[in-house]
Amino acid sequence: MNRRKKKSEVIGRRQFLKASALTGGVAAVSAALGTDLNPTANLTKSKISDHDNNTHGGFGAVGQVDYARNGFDPSELLYDWDYGEVSELDNGQTLREYTFVAVDKEIEIAPGVFFPAWTYNGRVPGPTIRCVEGDRIKIEFINAGSHPHTIHFHGIHPASMDGLPGFYAGSIAPGESTVYEFDAFPFGCHLYHCHSVPLKRHIHKGLYGAFIVDPDPDKYSGEEKQIAKTRNHNYRENENVNEMMMIMNGFDTNFDGDNEIYAVNSIAFAYSADNAPIRIRKSQRQRIYLINVTEFDPINSLHLHANFFNYYDHGTTLQPTLRTIDTVMQCQAQRGILEFSFADFEPGMYMFHAHQSEFAELGWMAFFDVVEG
Amino acid sequence: MNNQTNVDTATRSGFPTWLMILLPFIALALLLSVFAFTDPLALFKADLPPIEDLIFQRIEIFDGGFRVDLINGGPDAVTVAQVLVDEAYWNFSMEPSQTIQPLARAEILIPYPWVETEAHEIVLLTDTGATFSHEVELAVETPSPGITEFIAYGLVGVYVGIIPVGLGMLWYPAMKRIGRKWLGAILALTIGLLVFLLIDTFLEGLEIAEQLPGVFQGEALVFFAALLTWMVLSAIGTRRGRPSPRYIAGLLALGIGIHNLGEGLVIGAAFALGEAALGSLLVIGFTLHNVTEGIGIVAPLLPFAAVGYSQEGKDRPALKLFVGLTLIAGAPAILGTWIGGFAFSPLFATIFFGIGAGAIWQVIVDVGRLLQRFAERENEATLSWMNVGGFLLGLTIMYLTAFLVSA
Repeated sequence: MNRRKKKSEVIGRRQFLKASALTGGVAAVSAALGTDLNPTANLTKSKISDHDNNTHGGFGAVGQVDYARNGFDPSELLYDWDYGEVSELDNGQTLREYTFVAVDKEIEIAPGVFFPAWTYNGRVPGPTIRCVEGDRIKIEFINAGSHPHTIHFHGIHPASMDGLPGFYAGSIAPGESTVYEFDAFPFGCHLYHCHSVPLKRHIHKGLYGAFIVDPDPDKYSGEEKQIAKTRNHNYRENENVNEMMMIMNGFDTNFDGDNEIYAVNSIAFAYSADNAPIRIRKSQRQRIYLINVTEFDPINSLHLHANFFNYYDHGTTLQPTLRTIDTVMQCQAQRGILEFSFADFEPGMYMFHAHQSEFAELGWMAFFDVVEG
Repeated sequence: MNNQTNVDTATRSGFPTWLMILLPFIALALLLSVFAFTDPLALFKADLPPIEDLIFQRIEIFDGGFRVDLINGGPDAVTVAQVLVDEAYWNFSMEPSQTIQPLARAEILIPYPWVETEAHEIVLLTDTGATFSHEVELAVETPSPGITEFIAYGLVGVYVGIIPVGLGMLWYPAMKRIGRKWLGAILALTIGLLVFLLIDTFLEGLEIAEQLPGVFQGEALVFFAALLTWMVLSAIGTRRGRPSPRYIAGLLALGIGIHNLGEGLVIGAAFALGEAALGSLLVIGFTLHNVTEGIGIVAPLLPFAAVGYSQEGKDRPALKLFVGLTLIAGAPAILGTWIGGFAFSPLFATIFFGIGAGAIWQVIVDVGRLLQRFAERENEATLSWMNVGGFLLGLTIMYLTAFLVSA
């Protein structure tokens, strides 16, 4: 954020130097009285708040977001996999059918701060599509919003299913609908978003979501087959892994091209220590499907405290693309899978946040509450 | 004749006078109730978010945080949802509530580990997502009104007010000696100085007026205050007949005094709003800048300036007159730093600058007349080259010495 416009400039063009005159005067008086009246004399003196009413020294948002009114709870969004309406096609292929409705909705993104969002199915991020590579995906898209929208999937599909305005079905006008249909490829951690123009506005208003394609173990052998099983939600091996979906996003509440609020899964400080830290068990492997849809800032990042993780860029490989790192950065629309474990760790609060300190202090700051078990 | 009768009958046979006076009010009330109940302008404001306008009145910096005084200058209630300091969400408490009604005030307390002499930015985020920001350019603890602070502020006022004016008056004997040939030029120099002060006072007033909530119409207030002051001073002057040199000198001192009060206000307020800077050399700049004011005040007192006041003109002005004039012109700066430092209000500052401008304008008129009468007596043109040169010199001295105190 770069917010340097001054809405309330109280002192005139001579403010600075008039004030200087004051300081000079005070210095002269100090000399005369033999006391130190000059407030700038002791430059190294630091002012530390003695208000320790908060564990983080007063930092953070004040109040509570009403999740019931929003209609979604960030603690549930983590695990809210949407497998669709599942059936089998004549050729044996799995068909997953979804209905996405674009609706305008005001959501509370920080306590007391309301944002006029555009949503898929009334939530930001939209539903987390979870499928297996090769599945047939069929999405009926109904636009009940006030502007033309599309759904553009990051994946392999024909041009006619690309969700671009001006081509094939193009932008879906308010009150209209269309069907997007394609086979889910490649396996990995992907996303979808509206591709209507102006693009920045349509994306940052909230039209995006996770599109997660599990690998099919039958296509792999040996060690890779085993790894694929842990990634595929249809296999028992997957149950031993605690999987979480996190979308890094931001909100420009005053529409000046800079985000006032940053978050994972939309709500500033939702997983902070005094809000709802994410409870995880020591014994379980942890996996985060991490997606960056932040607008206006070129990159976002995740830094895990006191631990390291393996990273699978785009999630399209079964072997890590980065090993033993504690910070990963993603450009806009970049995503990947993080795998780590807190086995043998001391139970307690482990922080993770954007290591752009600015983003962290504006809401993208969270905790794992690591417990025995 | 016929018409006259008709009018009279119409007045008498119609409704009583009090009803006729009330009639437009009743019509107006009817119109307002139509607006209130039918909302004919609904078409224009369907679904529009409220207009929000929060104005920072004062920021007090104390050991451990900021105390922000706010006023809602907009037509709708505003709810402050979150507070950011230096682009980070921060805890805060707000009195009397987080929602401020139009024109109401509120106080926000933000515990924050601010850093001495560094800049901090406070941003208020409202429930609609709008932001209002204020930058504390150099954080230093806001002085609380104690005896030492009072003395310190007062001495700053002495530095920028009394000392330079008094120093300027020390030229009086020299001015007397150089003779009547130069008097026109000296009076013209005084006018040049006053014109500079007039423009400066207006600009300063208009700048502060900008921070007032729109409903106060701050810019108009400056002009109204100036106009009113000028009229009152003119009326007083007219009652007294042709103004005497002492009266003009007194008026000069008063006008400059109000201007210096404004300067004091700004200096004090700079501290009150958390703006303060380094550099004691600049006090000297201010002193230099205001020295010319002293010359201006005593110019009408020169013996040969007393056109038509031969009796009064022959008196040697007593020392106590000079002291009195110095206090009238300089002491308000002390008052200004006190008010600005401990009880700054943009509204009063705006009005003060307007009053100052009006007073200075009246002085320009009086000194101008004095110059004109002097020129007539000496059989010279009022706008002689010498006088124009004097005027330009006055303007130039003020302009150049202002370099020392302008950012």
